[in-house]
Amino acid sequence: MTDLLDRRLVFVTGKGGVGKSTVAAAMALLAAHRGKRTLVCEVDAKGNLADFFETAPTAFRPREIQPRLWAMSMNTEESLREYLNLNLRVPLMGRIGPLAHAFEFVATAAPGVKEILTVGKLCYEVRERHYDLVVVDAAPTGHIVGQLAAPQAINELVQVGLVRQQTGWLLDILSNPTTTGLCIVATPEEMPVNETIELAGRVERETSVDLAAIIVNRVLPELFGRGEEEVFEKLSEPDCVEALSKAVGGDVGPIMAAARLAVTMRRTRAAHLERLRSGVEQSVPMLYVPYLFARSHGLRSTRQLADALGAELGY
Amino acid sequence: MPGPPTTAKGPRAGSLEQLLAAKEIAITCGSGGVGKTTAAAAAAAMVAVKQGGKVLVVTVDPARRLANALGLEGFGNAEKRVPPEAFAAAGVTPRGELWAAMLDTKEAWDRLVQRHSPDARTARRILDNPLYQNVSGRFVQSHEYIAMERLYEIHSEGDYDLIVVDTPPTRNALDFLEAPQRMADFFSSRFLRWLTVPYRSRLVNLASRPFYQVADRILGSQFLQDIAEFFILFQTMYAGFVERAEAVGRLLHDRRTTFVVVSTLEAAPLREAEFFIDALADKRFHMGAVVLNKVLPRYLLDEDTAAVAERMRARADEVAGEVANGAGDPEQIARVLREVADSFCNFEVVARREAEQRAELALTPEVIVTVPFFEVDIHDLAGLLRLGERMWASHG
Repeated sequence: MTDLLDRRLVFVTGKGGVGKSTVAAAMALLAAHRGKRTLVCEVDAKGNLADFFETAPTAFRPREIQPRLWAMSMNTEESLREYLNLNLRVPLMGRIGPLAHAFEFVATAAPGVKEILTVGKLCYEVRERHYDLVVVDAAPTGHIVGQLAAPQAINELVQVGLVRQQTGWLLDILSNPTTTGLCIVATPEEMPVNETIELAGRVERETSVDLAAIIVNRVLPELFGRGEEEVFEKLSEPDCVEALSKAVGGDVGPIMAAARLAVTMRRTRAAHLERLRSGVEQSVPMLYVPYLFARSHGLRSTRQLADALGAELGY
Repeated sequence: MPGPPTTAKGPRAGSLEQLLAAKEIAITCGSGGVGKTTAAAAAAAMVAVKQGGKVLVVTVDPARRLANALGLEGFGNAEKRVPPEAFAAAGVTPRGELWAAMLDTKEAWDRLVQRHSPDARTARRILDNPLYQNVSGRFVQSHEYIAMERLYEIHSEGDYDLIVVDTPPTRNALDFLEAPQRMADFFSSRFLRWLTVPYRSRLVNLASRPFYQVADRILGSQFLQDIAEFFILFQTMYAGFVERAEAVGRLLHDRRTTFVVVSTLEAAPLREAEFFIDALADKRFHMGAVVLNKVLPRYLLDEDTAAVAERMRARADEVAGEVANGAGDPEQIARVLREVADSFCNFEVVARREAEQRAELALTPEVIVTVPFFEVDIHDLAGLLRLGERMWASHG
C-alpha cells in the first residue's frame, strides 16, 4: 500500500466537531516539513483552517503560508471561471453578464455541479503537478460521498458536453489508490464512531476512492500503568483521602475526582475505539493522535499534532 | 422576590423550565458534535415529566441510540409515543406524554409535491423525474426547508402542547431560517422563467443566447432540457408553495416559537453559536436560551486545589511514605500520586481555556444553562432525565 503522504491527493473528512480541519492542517504541515510541496485546500468556505496556521483567511488563489506549504479555500464560482477560461479560451465573464447568478441557478438545479467543480479543481492541481501533495479539508461525513461520487453521478446524468468529457480523467485520478486516498477523522466517542463505520461502508460501495486511513483524534493518555489502578482505588477511599489531605496540607478530594473523571472518560472511549477497530476493514490502518491539553488551538498545537501524526506514520 | 426553584410556585424565573412552559415550539441549533440532539430530547422529556401535556421531539439525527434511549424500536416520519414502561424503568411517572419523530427528507418532499401539484398526473411526473430524485435529497437547503415545513404541518394540526425541533448541524446556521423565503424566491424568480423559456416556446432561438451556448457546451442540451422540464413541472406548484413558505416563515417569527442555541465551550462551536445569536436577533427571531454543554467541573478552576495538586506532585515521595500504611508499595503510591496530580493540571488547562471562552461570551440571552460533562454515554431515559435535571437546575 502507498504511504499516506506519498499519495498526491488526500481528502480528510469527519463528523462535525471531531477536529477534521486540525488534522488536515497537521497533515499538510507534516508533509511540508518532510520536503513536499504541499497545497492544503479548505472546501467549506466558512471554515477556520487559517486559524490553525494563525494566518490571514485563505482565498481561492493559493498563498504560501509556511515553507513549501500553500493554502487556498475552494470557491466553485472561481473554479468555474478558471475552468471556462482554460477550456473555452474565451474571456467569458465580461460578455455573459450575470454568469455568477446563472451559475448559482444551474448549480442549484443540477446536482453534482458544485461538487464536480470542487473535485475538478483539486484533480486539476494534481494532474498539472503543481504540488507534490494536495491535502483537502473536505466536506463533513454527511456530504463527502456526494462530493467524491460526483464524477460518476454526472457521468450518468449528463450524456454529452464538456463536463461529460471531463469526468473520465477525474475518475482516473480519484480511483487510483496510489494517487488518491480518503482519511476519516474520528474521536473515540459514540456518534463519531458510528458515523465513521457507516461512512467507511458507503465509501467502499458508492465511490471509487480508496479509504487510506482512519485517524483517531483526541485519544486520552492511559493514566495508570499495571497495578496502579488498584492503588488509586485504595487511595480514593475516604480515610485515605483524609490522610492524603493531611499530608499534603489541603483537600485532595477534587484532585482524586478529576483523576476518576479522566479514568472513566478513558474507559468509555476505549470501548468505542474497540468498536471502531472491529467495525472497519482490518486492512485500513488506524492512526492515533493524542488529546492536546493546550491553552489554545493555534500553530503550536497544529505542530504538536503534526509530530504525533508523523510518529504514527513511522517517521 | 424570586422564589425557590420548585414546581410548587411555578418555574424559576430565567430558567429553561420557565421558557419552555410558555412556548409551543422550541428549535435547537448549534454546530455538529455539541450534543444538540441529546439536549433537545432531554428537554422534551423533562417537560413531559414535570409540566405535563403532549410533548413531541422531532430530530434529524438517525441515531439508533436516541430511539433506544426513548424505549423505541426506531422511529420515522410518523410520530411515535414513548411507552410509559420506558418512564417506569427510569423510575418516574410523567405528568404528560412524550412523543418522537424523525425527519425523513425524501418522504417529506414527496408529500409536499403531492399536496401542491395541480393533479395526480403532474405529481407522478415530478416524482418520476430523475432530477427530482436527486434534488429532493440534495437541493440547496432542501433539508432545512423541509424541516421547517414539517414543523409547520405538525404545529398546525395542533396535537401537541410543545414541539422541540432538533435542526440539522448546518455550518451556515442561517440556512434553515431563510429557507422558506429562499424557496419562495427561487420559484418566483425571473431568472428561472428565463432559463426555461426556450423549452416553453419554440419562438426563441436557443442558439442566439450566449448563456445557452455556454451552458450547452458545458452541460449538453439534453441535460439542460431535463433541468428545464423539471422546473416547468415544479412551477405548477408555485402558488401553493410560495404561500406555504410564507406561512412557515410567519410561524418561525411568532412569539410562541423560541430558539435554543447549544454549544460547548470550545472555540469553533462557540464562535458559531455567537454568530447564530447575533443573526437571530438581527432577523427578529425570539432567542430564548443558550445551553453550554459538556462543561468541565468547576473544581478544576479552584486555585487552592491547583496549589494542593502542585504540592502533591512535588512531595509525592514524602506523602506516599506517610500514607503507605496498608495502601501498598510507597514507590507505586508516589507514582500514582504524581500521575493523579499531573492529570489534574492537564484538565485544569482545558477548564481554564473553557472559562475564558465563557467569559468572552459577551452576549446575554435571557437564559443561560450550563450542563456538566457526562463521562458516560446516555443510553436510556433515566440518563436523558439526569441530563435534563441538570439543565433545569442550572443557574448559568
